[in-house]
Amino acid sequence: MFHWLEKNPFFFAVGVFLTIAFAGAVTILPNFAQSAQPIKGLKPYTVLQLAGRGVYIKDNCLSCHSQLIRPFKAETDRYGQYSLSGEYAYDRPFLWGSRRIGPDLHRVGNYRTPDWHANHMWEPTSVVPGSVMPAYKHQFTNIADVETAYAEAVTVKTAFNVPYGDDIKPGRAAFDAYYKAKVLPAALKIAKQMKNKDLIAQVQAGKIPEVVALVAYLDRLK
Amino acid sequence: MQSNAAMEYDYSIVKLYMWTTVIFGIVGMLIGVIIASQLAWPQLNYWLGEYGTFSRLRPIHTNVVVYGFMISGIFVGFYYSAQRVLKVSMGESKLLMTLGYLQFFLYLIAASGLVISEGMGITTSKEYAQMEWPLDILIVVIWVLWGVIMFGLIGMRREKALYISMWYYVATFLGVAMLYLFNNMEVPTQLLSGGLGAWYHSVSMYAGTNDAMVQWWWGHNAVAFVFTVPIIALIYYFLPKESGQAVYSYKLSLLSFWGLMFIYLWAGGHHLLWSTVPDWVQTMASIFSVILILPSWGSAINMLLTMKGEWNQLTDNPLIKFMVLASTFYMLSTLEGPIQAVKSVNAIAHFTDWIPGHVHDGVLGWVAFMVFATLMHSAPRVFKREIYSKSLLEAQFWIQTVAVVLYFTSMWIAGITQGMMWRAVDEYGNLMYSFIDTVNVLHPYWVIRAVGGTLYFIGLLMFAWNFFMTATAGRKLETEPQFRSPMA
Repeated sequence: MFHWLEKNPFFFAVGVFLTIAFAGAVTILPNFAQSAQPIKGLKPYTVLQLAGRGVYIKDNCLSCHSQLIRPFKAETDRYGQYSLSGEYAYDRPFLWGSRRIGPDLHRVGNYRTPDWHANHMWEPTSVVPGSVMPAYKHQFTNIADVETAYAEAVTVKTAFNVPYGDDIKPGRAAFDAYYKAKVLPAALKIAKQMKNKDLIAQVQAGKIPEVVALVAYLDRLK
Repeated sequence: MQSNAAMEYDYSIVKLYMWTTVIFGIVGMLIGVIIASQLAWPQLNYWLGEYGTFSRLRPIHTNVVVYGFMISGIFVGFYYSAQRVLKVSMGESKLLMTLGYLQFFLYLIAASGLVISEGMGITTSKEYAQMEWPLDILIVVIWVLWGVIMFGLIGMRREKALYISMWYYVATFLGVAMLYLFNNMEVPTQLLSGGLGAWYHSVSMYAGTNDAMVQWWWGHNAVAFVFTVPIIALIYYFLPKESGQAVYSYKLSLLSFWGLMFIYLWAGGHHLLWSTVPDWVQTMASIFSVILILPSWGSAINMLLTMKGEWNQLTDNPLIKFMVLASTFYMLSTLEGPIQAVKSVNAIAHFTDWIPGHVHDGVLGWVAFMVFATLMHSAPRVFKREIYSKSLLEAQFWIQTVAVVLYFTSMWIAGITQGMMWRAVDEYGNLMYSFIDTVNVLHPYWVIRAVGGTLYFIGLLMFAWNFFMTATAGRKLETEPQFRSPMA
């Protein structure tokens, strides 16, 4: 049979494809619907938090931080309750990471405050002596891309039925209204908790620095 | 495997990919040295503003090395060896030549686009699949072109039976195509939002646990179908050619090929042990990872036994050294991987430096060594010149071998140290170390790793110089060497 296959490339290719496609189908499909279920009471990310998630992805925090607490006592002692599948139901993409050069962040909102984050992102060694994390000072001047985050919320609401309210809808007018009514006030609240005058001034002027959005996201991780 | 002096093959595309192999190798590994040094000396993060931080540079390092250096090297091997094992020249078909050039130039655009977008922080965040949707589409086009060329050559072939290397090239094409398409299913966000936000942004079709499953089904099998399957294709062609020995066992190559195809795809879940994916998936992944030793060692042993009775070549031919050590490192890392996939070991190893250590003994010892051997074996045939310097090649071999050993030993120690410290408790059952203690203890190992990386990079520069001089200033050859590559 193998000699014959080696002389008939088409059937050889079909044979290879079936052999490699098999495992994926068998392991991914059976639990797919179940794994997509959210836990009870899980709320989707707010637009500000989504923008912060965008900053987390842009500066690639996941190259050093995981968001997956494994079911071991040493991990639950250090980081809190182990992670559950349903907690990730609105995570597109998932951000589990693969290396902990820094600690896990899945429940960092439980034990770090916005002003701790503000100091830490400006100069990590000021709150963690010996830290090897770079300072992310550019996040204090770069403006967060809230519009893309809003577009993402509209997309997941429309395509995947993520339960956002009626005020999340397509179009620029809807975005502008939502930005003023919902996003800016939320950002101001976080900026005040971060106790940084410059950040507060920027938000009051209608601009949201990346770090404010990022901290809104980190504060939500609980 | 006989040489066919009557056939003339067309190497114009081979040459183009040879140069991208060398250039992307230098860029990618230089960034590797930089980020390794940043961990040892964090003040090195600030030389390029937001674009120079470890977090931005790391994916550029992985992507340039994997999709720049390795894929270029694989295409060198393919465009060189496929013509020869099929006994057909690219030059016989104008259409295939045009498609070949098109594929190369699209590849250059995609590779540059990848580097620029990564630098700007435009990324889907998924490891080895960071490209946003416009680049994804481009990559699919490049891959389809490669498939058309491959099956075009197969259609025109004069040698009826496909040689072992061709099996692996076909599998690479199909495997990557399937995995890449499914893992990159995403919805551009401008589509449904009335044109709001960044045009290149998209969201994944899968969420949370499912997204992780699909990503590591791809992520692990990018390792399978980029670091392994096509590299086996290279060694099945270049080791017998360079040594003049026939492949040791046809049956063993058959068993290894079909075994690898069936087993590899199950193993992706071992990146997600102790996570929220279903337990049975984790267990299956663990079991199949261990079984994976069989086909992996099958190929490696088949290659080592190909040298039976001719081990003297190991002492005086540096290209044989590269290839034999590559098989050996392949055996090492395909034993190490299954060990890490055992759930109890994984509990300690996961999230530590042992994982990048494992990756690097595979890629530096196995993949890159095979790429060097591929380029150097082809160079005298492609440029019709002798290899510029044997002693430089010897020196490169030893420097890089020492470099790999420094790299993986330091990462093993670092990984196990940190993994044990995370779980260490005092007599009352409280955690003994704060997280930062477990980071600061790694400093000496990170220094050793950076030294290892620097040595490897120096070896690469020696290779680049040697290759450049071979192509431009090596002594002219009258006839094509049959087996052993001539070198000065």
